[in-house]
Amino acid sequence: MGYVRADNVVVQFPIYGAAGGSFRRTFIRAATGGTLSRDEAQRVVVKALDGVSLELKPGERLGLSGHNGSGKTTLLRVLAGTYEPISGTVEVRGQVISMLSVTLGMDAEATGRENIFLRGAILGLRRRETEKLVEEIAEFAELGDYLEMPLRSYSSGMSMRLAFAVSMAVPSDVVLMDEWLSVGDQEFAAKAEARLKRMGEDGHIMVLATHDASLIARTCTRVIRLEHGRIADDRPIASA
Amino acid sequence: MADAARAGRVTLAVRDILRAVASVHVWHLMGWQEVRQRYRRSTLGPFWMTISMGVLVAGMGPLYGRLFNQNISEYFPFLAVGIIVWQLIFNLIQESAQVFIGAEQYIKQVRMPLTLHVLRMVWRNTIVFAHNMVVVVLVLAFFLPTYSPVALLALPGLAVLLVNAIWLGILLGTLCARFRDFPPLIAMLASVAFFLTPVMWRKEQLGQHTWAAEINPIYHFMEVVRAPLLGQLPAPLSWPVVCLVTVVGFAATVALFARYRSRIAYWV
Repeated sequence: MGYVRADNVVVQFPIYGAAGGSFRRTFIRAATGGTLSRDEAQRVVVKALDGVSLELKPGERLGLSGHNGSGKTTLLRVLAGTYEPISGTVEVRGQVISMLSVTLGMDAEATGRENIFLRGAILGLRRRETEKLVEEIAEFAELGDYLEMPLRSYSSGMSMRLAFAVSMAVPSDVVLMDEWLSVGDQEFAAKAEARLKRMGEDGHIMVLATHDASLIARTCTRVIRLEHGRIADDRPIASA
Repeated sequence: MADAARAGRVTLAVRDILRAVASVHVWHLMGWQEVRQRYRRSTLGPFWMTISMGVLVAGMGPLYGRLFNQNISEYFPFLAVGIIVWQLIFNLIQESAQVFIGAEQYIKQVRMPLTLHVLRMVWRNTIVFAHNMVVVVLVLAFFLPTYSPVALLALPGLAVLLVNAIWLGILLGTLCARFRDFPPLIAMLASVAFFLTPVMWRKEQLGQHTWAAEINPIYHFMEVVRAPLLGQLPAPLSWPVVCLVTVVGFAATVALFARYRSRIAYWV
């Protein structure tokens, strides 16, 4: 069973190559993005997350909303374990699958089937383990004979189907997604949504960052709105 | 307190390296994939590397043998083996610079040990080297038909060379991720090193100045692979130097990696 807990997480990036002539005196508060400031060494830094705390229990499906640059992707990366916060703690138990990009690790010249193995390896699977999943993946992605064709012959929606199907087939406890379901046709989007809902009901934890409020309303049990790296609003969603 | 935090960071750095090594199935597949990707839809595939290396050696051997006034049957195998081992070292150094920068998407999106990206680079170059070894085998079969068991000593030599590529990849990869002037600097130094390392010329040609070759650690790494393949024992100094570099290299790298490992994702 998965479990996610973040305690007062702060993430701050130095922005190299921005000597910062134009905003030497004041940092004008922008409508979007994290707060810009300077650190002790006088480097420009952006505070992408500023004291974020949250706890997710099995079955929770969290929607992250907020402006561009409000910290959604950064928070997903922190939960995925790729960004280590400069202060605060993160605890994530269980197998985490981050589906943050469709094309990551995919080879356009390799066939759909070969790409299943590549993607599987990146997610930590051994060849034998992936072999057992191929059929299920092929069925869910509905690609038929295209599975034996090189990926460059796929449309972007088809690649997305394949990537999504692989990520869904890999055993996981926590699923992280960034603006995913916006790709693909309606029929597949509906199928994917249904799958995500079912996973939540099976006890998976899901975190989905999106600008699509109705998608959150349909698939999530809770919504958090981020603003300048802070949680501006956190409320449950009554199940439809 | 500060000591405990530092010890924790060192543990995390060492764990990163060990976990990466244990994920053989991942870097093995990714390394092969990257070689294949380069030659997809070509009939000869990766053997293009073998052929271009063969052509290079066949062209340079007689020319430089004449220029340096060398006995061709001795110089040709020396040059062939030297160039191929040098190519491996050069590629490892050169690609170390990009090892984290080029893996940006992975580093930001999927949690995997950072060292894994180094291992897949080292493995990819090992595969390339294996293809080039075909040329070595052909040249040796022609010029040095008598088989000497000394040649087997090239295996531990190659192993220690590849192990050193791991720390070098982490070290240069980290520096290059942070300071973007490092990749071109490294490329420049690596090219210069070709002329300063005895690849085309022999150490003995320096006369009383052989120290100029011996202070160069790359020479000793070349030696532990090249000399056995040519049926000779490496210079007595080579193995001790190589072992020392391995220990010092890993110690320095772990210290740096412990300090900055968690920042790399923010730098790339």
